[in-house]
Amino acid sequence: MLGLGADRLRADMNRLLALLFHQGVLDEQFLQLQQLQDETSPNFVSEVVSIYFRESEKLLRNLRALLLERESSDYKKMGIHLNQFMGSSSSIGAKRVRNVCVAFRAASEQNNRAGCLRSLELLEHEYCYLKNKLHELFHIEQQRVMASGVRYPMLD
Amino acid sequence: MVVYVLLMICCWIFSEIPMNWFDDGESMEQKAGFFGSRQKIWFRLWERLSRSGWKIYHCYQYIGPRNVRQTWWRKVLVAWVLVSIFGSMSVFWYMNSHTTEKRKETLASMCDERARMLQDQFNVSMNHLQALAILVSTFHHGKNPSAIDQMTFARYTERTAFERPLTSGVAYAVKVLHAQRAQFEKQQGWTIKRMDTHEPSPIHEEYAPVIFAQDTISHVVSLDMLSGKEDCDNVLRARASGTGVLTAPFRLLKSNRLGVILTFAVYKSELPANATPDERIQATDGYLGGVFDIESLVEKLLHQLASKQTIIVNVYDITNSSDPISMYGSSAADNSTCHVSSLSFGDPFKKHEMRCRFKHKPPLPWLEIVSSFGILVIASLIGYIFHATMSRIEKVEEDFLEMMELKKRAEAADVAKSQFLATVSHEIRTPMNGVLGMLQMLMDTDLDITQQDYVRTAQDSGKALVSLINEVLDQAKIESGKLVLEAVRFKPRAILDDVLSLFSGKSQDKGIELAVYISDRVPEFVIGDPGRFRQIITNLMGNSIKFTEKGHIFVTVHLVEEVMGSIEVETEASSANTLNTLSGFPVADKRRSWESFKAFNQESPMFPQTFSSTSSEFIDVIVSVEDTGVGIPRESQSLIFTPFMQVGPSISRTHGGTGIGLSISKCLVGLMNGEIGFVSEPQIGSTFTFTAVFTNDRTNSMEYKSRQPQQINGLSESPLSEFQGMTALVVDPRPVRAKVTKYYLQRLGMSVEMANDLNQAFSSIAGGLGIINVVLVDNEAWSKDTDLASCFSNKLRKDGGSDSPKLFLLANSISSTKINAATSHVYFPTVIMKPLRASMLAASLQRAMGVGNKGNGRNGTVPLLSLHNLLHGKQILVVDDNVVNLRVAAGALKKYGAQVASADSGKKAITMLKPPHDFDACFMDIQMPEMDGFEATRRIRDMEHDVNSRIRHGEVSLEAYRNVAHWHTPILAMTADVIQATHEECTKCGMDGYVSKPFEGEQLYREVTRFFKSTASKSQ
Repeated sequence: MLGLGADRLRADMNRLLALLFHQGVLDEQFLQLQQLQDETSPNFVSEVVSIYFRESEKLLRNLRALLLERESSDYKKMGIHLNQFMGSSSSIGAKRVRNVCVAFRAASEQNNRAGCLRSLELLEHEYCYLKNKLHELFHIEQQRVMASGVRYPMLD
Repeated sequence: MVVYVLLMICCWIFSEIPMNWFDDGESMEQKAGFFGSRQKIWFRLWERLSRSGWKIYHCYQYIGPRNVRQTWWRKVLVAWVLVSIFGSMSVFWYMNSHTTEKRKETLASMCDERARMLQDQFNVSMNHLQALAILVSTFHHGKNPSAIDQMTFARYTERTAFERPLTSGVAYAVKVLHAQRAQFEKQQGWTIKRMDTHEPSPIHEEYAPVIFAQDTISHVVSLDMLSGKEDCDNVLRARASGTGVLTAPFRLLKSNRLGVILTFAVYKSELPANATPDERIQATDGYLGGVFDIESLVEKLLHQLASKQTIIVNVYDITNSSDPISMYGSSAADNSTCHVSSLSFGDPFKKHEMRCRFKHKPPLPWLEIVSSFGILVIASLIGYIFHATMSRIEKVEEDFLEMMELKKRAEAADVAKSQFLATVSHEIRTPMNGVLGMLQMLMDTDLDITQQDYVRTAQDSGKALVSLINEVLDQAKIESGKLVLEAVRFKPRAILDDVLSLFSGKSQDKGIELAVYISDRVPEFVIGDPGRFRQIITNLMGNSIKFTEKGHIFVTVHLVEEVMGSIEVETEASSANTLNTLSGFPVADKRRSWESFKAFNQESPMFPQTFSSTSSEFIDVIVSVEDTGVGIPRESQSLIFTPFMQVGPSISRTHGGTGIGLSISKCLVGLMNGEIGFVSEPQIGSTFTFTAVFTNDRTNSMEYKSRQPQQINGLSESPLSEFQGMTALVVDPRPVRAKVTKYYLQRLGMSVEMANDLNQAFSSIAGGLGIINVVLVDNEAWSKDTDLASCFSNKLRKDGGSDSPKLFLLANSISSTKINAATSHVYFPTVIMKPLRASMLAASLQRAMGVGNKGNGRNGTVPLLSLHNLLHGKQILVVDDNVVNLRVAAGALKKYGAQVASADSGKKAITMLKPPHDFDACFMDIQMPEMDGFEATRRIRDMEHDVNSRIRHGEVSLEAYRNVAHWHTPILAMTADVIQATHEECTKCGMDGYVSKPFEGEQLYREVTRFFKSTASKSQ
């Protein structure tokens, strides 16, 4: 029965992933990331993603501070932050976050404060969504690993 | 136009009629001319007509302002009325004068006639008197003794009285001189008496006593004629002239009627015609007088004539012209219409005349009155017609102006409506996006189930509202013709994948099978409007999903020429196997849905040529959406493309929607130069088919062959290329479904084999035509025989060991799989959910295969394998300031067996790459805060250059640098943005190449091979 539970969890995971793909939240890069995970680094994906979250939260904080605290926002610095955000997002395959970053960067290049604020809000929204969904995914993954743990010896 | 013609005719009549009326001569002339040269007249008439018509038209044109024209025609109308009144009056006058004239003439002729007759009769009587005079002269004076005495005379005259109807009596007086008086008196036996007193006459020189008299006037015997004034004058004149002489009329003695006396002189001897009066006086013997009763005379005469009642006759003696003496008739003062005829009774000294007049006044001239009145009436009628016409024109014109005004307002309103629609829908969409976004965020917060349900409902409603607004906007745009299609390069397959993913959730919930099949001959890229293409398909599929509860929805995309070619073949095939459909449910025959298409109906021997031309430039795509839904009732089928028309009022309540979608789709298809049609069987299903014409993408077709594998998958390419060269076995009892599966696997670059059921699959695996990497079994085939299935899966696992084909189950919905999972206690294969989509399939396969890939090089694709070989055991430094990227890149390289070290800044990298070091290669991020990739590379190169030159010059020992004479660490730039890092810039600062971030297998392989080979050759 535990094995069946694992299968069900796997199906759930697939569905969640499919949903995220449909919505364009994730792209193929995430699959690649998953492929990189093996016995040598069993928690590779969650590690990378948690790094990503840490970094991103720092970046978001900085961006917000840059935009809100100073009247004459430092758009150049913002651009650097955004580049970083974009890079990390595309690395884990967070497609939608990346796209928002592109728009944000465009706004910052034009020194468009209103656009930046709007983008920031959207970015935070997308980021939150991604975070929630990925957390959910890892949660299921964890359950699956626990559930299928029983079966591993039987397989090999 | 009718009004113009009428006007022209009216005008012509106006100009023509008065001329006819007032100028008889001319009209007569014209009539004569009309019969003489008819054609000429016609021509002239036409000319005149048209000219007047033009005149009016010109007036119309020139007289621009309305009020001016109004006064103009009002003046014309007043003039016309005046003219017509004048005309009718003159007609009346003319006709009346005519009648009066005629009456006068009648009177004159009657009067003259009467006068002549009177004169004639008088003359006859006069002649008789003269004859009597001669008788007296002959028998009284000629014989001695006289043969006549009073008795004889009286008897004679009495008996011949019928000859003198006008005389009442005759008498004869003799001339007696005074000397003979005594003798005469003695002889006669009486004395000569005076006429007035009847007393013996006083002594005169001469006497003229009456000796004979007719009995009627016997009282005058012995009276002296010369004693009466009138008679004396008469007698004297008679003997002097020798002709009959008349007295003035006087009252007769006895009868007291008006009379005249005619007197003739009787001479002794025959006198010559030219005898002088004196001679006549000398020769005179006596005087014969006749009394004429004029009154009775005229009365008798009038009695003889007809129409004596109508006229009144008066006879006057006008010898004294200042005082005419009436001889007959009552003296009426009325002198109005009187005709005067002169009478001559043979006495030159006396003048008489007859005056006639009508007894009655002339009657009222009814005919004239009626006819002139009639003319007036006709003229006023014409005027009225003119007036009515002009008022009508005016009214129509006013209406026209009003309409123009209204039209302008309506147009303005229309523009305003469109603007309003556009603005409002835009304005609604903007906040709706906010609402939807916030709802999305709200969903991610911690909510209980009820709350989640509320939020989901709200979100669904919001989405429905947005899509409705978009539809309405589209319809408005299409109606106003403002919708212009884009022409961009796009992938139809990607569009279909997108649409499919949109509906996959719904179809899974409903348990409907959903599949898309695109023919191989449809090019990868076409030029057209992807958004609108997508919209049409979404619409059709949305409808299908709405109305389908079981069975399948199957979208196929073909080239038109392909379908046309296959028509004959398919008819045979379908007759053999009627249920050869995706889910086994019967469907409506989709070929009937395009029966009416023009593209198919122009089947003529020349169609191959048309297709050869279309294939070169245009691509005719035919898309069918087939479902097994409720179908459309036959009575509603004709209304299906009408906007806002739904099959029944209950439909919108149960299924939602506005019914605008199909109408929009039809318009869009029309814009794409295509046609849309459908066939529907109630309770069996509907099939909608449309064609669209796209432009061929030439640039694409050039490289089509060379890049085929990447083109085929239709997504972001590289990760899927790892399936290249794999073989899949598809086990599916339904050929159509198997074909769909095959299509997707082929898109991933796999080669596909088919099997009808598990038994056949056994044999094909055992037969070993090649190594089968993947086995995909449809749920239907799987669950048909669970024992066989478990046997099959066990066999697969036993046989191959780690090489064994991966087993996948293609399932339609979760529920069915779950049931399956619960009933079968066998090894449960990985489930791939339908609908199949390239990316989803790839992801599922990759997940399953990725596990299988570990330590199993053989399963990897060629580049993967080679990468592994190339990178295995290599020391690689990854430089990136971004921790995430660093980890990912490191992970990716580790995957290929490389030993990875990380550096998070350019400076660190420089220190680590300071020779001597162990790194075989370096991946360097370009954009880093303090020191970017280019700068770092430049410094490293400087460093290496320094070391190399020093080694060359023997300044340092080779051993200190691990026996490497030439240091050159391959440095590859990593960039998220290919544009930013152009190849030149990379090489300029000494980099060996660049890879995009995140890594793409193929590109990585390409770059890595290049530089590892180059380093290998260098180090050798």
